Amino acid sequence: MSRMKSEEEYRKTKAFHFFRWLSGEKDPYIGNLEMRPQKEYMRAEDSILDRMRESQMVMDKVYDTRHNRWLLLFRRFYRIMAVIFCIMLAGLLLFTVSYLPPTGNASNPDNNEVASRYIESGMQETGAVNIVTGMILTYRAFDTFGETNVLFIATCCVMIMLMVEDAELKKQEVMNDRRFEPKNDAILQGTAMVLVPVIFIFGIYIILNGHLSPGGGFSGGATIGAGMILYASAFSFKDTQRFFDEKVYKIAKISALCVYGLIGIYYYVTGANGIENHIPLGIPGHIVSAGIIFPINICVGLEVACTMYAFYALFRRGGL
Amino acid sequence: MTVFQYILLGFLVVCAISVSFSRKLLNSILIFMSYSLVMSIIWICLESPDLAITEAAVGAGVTSVLFFVTLKKIHAIDESGTKDERESMIERRRR
Amino acid sequence: MRFMHYSEEEGCKVGANLLNNYGEAVAMVLFVIGFGNLMLQSNLIKKIIGLNIMDTAVYLFLAEKGYITGRAAPIVADGVQSAEAYINPVPSGLVLTGIVVSVSVSALMLSLTIRLYQRYHTLDLDEISLQLKKEGL
Repeated sequence: MSRMKSEEEYRKTKAFHFFRWLSGEKDPYIGNLEMRPQKEYMRAEDSILDRMRESQMVMDKVYDTRHNRWLLLFRRFYRIMAVIFCIMLAGLLLFTVSYLPPTGNASNPDNNEVASRYIESGMQETGAVNIVTGMILTYRAFDTFGETNVLFIATCCVMIMLMVEDAELKKQEVMNDRRFEPKNDAILQGTAMVLVPVIFIFGIYIILNGHLSPGGGFSGGATIGAGMILYASAFSFKDTQRFFDEKVYKIAKISALCVYGLIGIYYYVTGANGIENHIPLGIPGHIVSAGIIFPINICVGLEVACTMYAFYALFRRGGL
Repeated sequence: MTVFQYILLGFLVVCAISVSFSRKLLNSILIFMSYSLVMSIIWICLESPDLAITEAAVGAGVTSVLFFVTLKKIHAIDESGTKDERESMIERRRR
Repeated sequence: MRFMHYSEEEGCKVGANLLNNYGEAVAMVLFVIGFGNLMLQSNLIKKIIGLNIMDTAVYLFLAEKGYITGRAAPIVADGVQSAEAYINPVPSGLVLTGIVVSVSVSALMLSLTIRLYQRYHTLDLDEISLQLKKEGL
């Protein structure tokens, strides 16, 4: 609420409209695109007997092989045909492998001028000492952007299916999660207190040194994610929520993807029109070099770490 | 080096076959975790260290942990993965 | 015999490379084992493990295509930048993308399994399809 303007005047400003749309109170599409209200999922409190009868019927129908000869025959037929199909597929694939050029041969058709161009001018054009990282973040940056997108969409889908919004159900989930476990296990907590700082530092080292040594955004992000999973399972989720709750997660994920997209747009616009992009390449071998690979690695690492931890937290307790 | 690669590749095939034939679900996932780890060593033999680090962190780390958490959530940690035991149980109940 | 046909270009024998490409042959065998798991098992979790095995078999095949004997990993060392000193870096980049996408697919399928279990209380695909038929879907 604005204190400088009165209530009626504030409601006329653009800022009020924007924030109302952002928080979702006013839907601009109501009346145009209407969704039918979904059927409520019926809880089975009064149909326990019904379900028992149903499961008995299912057991009889699926596993009843004495009274149902067709089922037995079909099952045997399916299994035999599946095995025959697999053997034929294996034979066909091995036959094709025997016709391929020998592995490790330097004059294979796939070691052509593309690979030699990447190796020979890779360090001059990208500034990265690690050729693979330089290739996937400059020559083929669009593929890596698509993959980061896939991680984002996968987390959204898992959130749709497993996230629990109802406050009562949320409490029930949390209680179910830690009820039958020994709390504050001494060995696990002692190990986690020693290992988790080391894992975080190692993960950050892998991300930052992506262009100098093996590693990069994906490996470092996966390591940091694994470290957070260890911390969350040794201590309770309350300790993790001190520095990583839902708000931090949303900000980190969306900003990482947007920053990557904006950098990509800048490169496309300058490259397609022949303008010089003024990003310095630096001296290969120094840590602040390789132009734009350094910030992109950080974005990708942040995205992957948030994804791994979000998967674990959504599976365990239905919320971050 | 070649003998080492032969042994590792043979271990991969043995792991993959034993995943299909093991009775309990927990055992299959543990064998799958070791399959991922041996895969990571093979990446090093093929001179790709980036793939080795990523596969070790992702395959033997995050994917296996997700499998375990799924099993815990559906209370199937001790469940058997084949139908034969259930069929014999039903036959016994009918008699 | 047609299989022992000797091809003139590049002096490589066509059709007799099975023992030479042992890595790729093992990758194909793993692919078929994973596919058999997907078709023959009725437990949902074992189907998902089979799909993962198929994924890693394809990555093994791709990485074998990029390997060249006697050369080092593609990280520039001592300023040597000729194309004769490093393996092919292109398949390595493809597999790096694939590994991370594979974990996303596994997580999505496992969350689907959890929802299916909460609805039908079984992990067996035969029983679930029978209950679906009863509901008329």
